[in-house]
Parts: sequence; C-alpha cells; structure tokens
Amino acid sequence: MDNHSHNDHSAFKINTLVWGSLYALTIISVWVTHFDLTTFAVAVALGVASVKAVLVAAYFMHLKFESKILSIMVIVTLLVFTTFIILTLIDYSNR
Amino acid sequence: MDNSINIAAEEKNQPLQHDEHRDDEASKMGMWLFLFTELLLFGGLFLVYTIYRFMNAEAFEHAGMELNTNLGTVNTIVLITSSYTAALSIVAVRHKQYIKAKYLLWVTIFFAMFFMVVKYFEWSAKISHGLFPGMEEFLNLPPGEGLFFFLYFFMTGLHALHIIIGSVFIGFVIYYIDKGTIKHDDYVVLENAGLYWHIVDVIWIFLFPLFYLIA
Repeated sequence: MDNHSHNDHSAFKINTLVWGSLYALTIISVWVTHFDLTTFAVAVALGVASVKAVLVAAYFMHLKFESKILSIMVIVTLLVFTTFIILTLIDYSNR
Repeated sequence: MDNSINIAAEEKNQPLQHDEHRDDEASKMGMWLFLFTELLLFGGLFLVYTIYRFMNAEAFEHAGMELNTNLGTVNTIVLITSSYTAALSIVAVRHKQYIKAKYLLWVTIFFAMFFMVVKYFEWSAKISHGLFPGMEEFLNLPPGEGLFFFLYFFMTGLHALHIIIGSVFIGFVIYYIDKGTIKHDDYVVLENAGLYWHIVDVIWIFLFPLFYLIA
C-alpha cells in the first residue's frame, strides 16, 4: 500500500494509457479479421487477447505494484491451467 | 492515586485502540485465490470449446457467422471502459475524493447495465430465430452448430451472471464509501470489488475473439 502513494500523480496517466492501449488492441483485433489469415487467425486473436489480459492484470489489478508473491501465485495457477490444456490436447490428438 | 489509575487505564486503552486487526495483503490474497477458482471455472469451459471446435471446425465457423461482431466489439469497449473507471475510483478514494470515486463507480455500473442491454438484444435476436437450446430451430441444426450455440448461451450467460454479481458488489462499495466505512486509508473492499470486476473483464476479453472474431 505504501508504494502506491509516491506514484499517485502518474496513476491517472498510467490507467488512461492502459485504457487507450486496450481500446486500440480491440480495434486491431477486429480489423485483422478482414484479411484472410487462415491458420494464423486464431493465433492472432488469442495473442492480442493475451496481451490485453496481461495489461489488465498488471495495471488495473495492480499486480505490478503488489508484493511479488501475488504475481508468483498467478503464474503458478496459469502454469497448472496450461498443463491441463496441453495434457488434454495430447490425449485428444492421440485417440 | 486517581492520576495513576488514569494513566494505567490509558496505557491499557491505548494499545487496544491501535490494535485494529487488519491485513489488507492477506485480504487481497484471499480474493485472488477466489479469482483462481473463477479462472478454472471458465478455463474448463474454454477447454471444452477448444476440443469441440477441433472436432467441428466447419460447423463452428458457419455458426459463428450468425453472431453480430459489431455488438460484440461495442460490448468489449464498454467493459474495458468500465474497468478503467473502476481502477480510477481507487485513485480517487486514495486522494479522499469520495464524491468523484462514487461518481466513477456509478459510471462503472452504468456501463455494466449498458453491456446487459446489448446482451439482451443479442440474445433476443438469437432466441427469435429459435436458436436457444431446446428450441425447434436449434434441434434441427447440424450437431456441430448446435454445440456452438449451446456453448455460446452457456458461456456468455455465465459471464452475464458475473456482470450482475459484480454490479451488486460495486453497489455495496458505493454504500460503504457513503457510510465512511471505506476511506482513504482503508479501502481494501473497494480494491477487492475492483479485482472481481477486472477478472470479469478479462474473461470477456477471451470470450470475444473465441465467439465473435474466429468465424
């Protein structure tokens, strides 16, 4: 909580910048659907979504300014989830 | 004698008054643990979607064209903006700008309602075409497209439920700011409400491309 106070002046600026980036990324992800990306379409769509999610988590959800333990917890959870996805896909593709 | 008793009483009272048991860090950690369960709840559904999409690639793409990308885009921007105002309300409370904070949270709720109204029109259009699970048109769809609409209604419906819960949570926060329970040096409830609202936003950030863009 203490490390909030000294960057309060820039807090408004940072939040506004993050909002602008999220807005731009949304427009971009809709715009690229007009091109025929075929196999890349899914990768691009999910890639842009991931960047947006990281922005929200780091700035709106303050992970960047909280103690490291929270970020570690989030990363471990995401690794567990990714493991589930990979194992399921391996299982599915080998049937 | 009286004096010494008073001093003794003061010494006894002093630590009691300051011993307000509060641990914001742990409170936020608890909220995050809850958010992980939310992540896995929707994560499981994303996994179901992924596998069925592999199995019914063409049907999913065909059914996906039924969805209105413009409405989806508008709703994405509405949710992003509501997250932005929720984040700003924390800055405002820290600066003791309570009226501004409450105003920002009302704007968040307004955007949440806006999202729900758009969702209502979207769902109504699909339902009037008989595409809700169990309806006549739905039952006549090829199996793959039926799966798509089943997942569409279930996942966006579950997400909409989270929007309603998040709005009520924020409503309580506004009441607490009004009552003075949430103030510039004690606002962890506001932070936790914000965390919940942002995770609802993050889930939509992934729902949007999966249903509206990949078609």
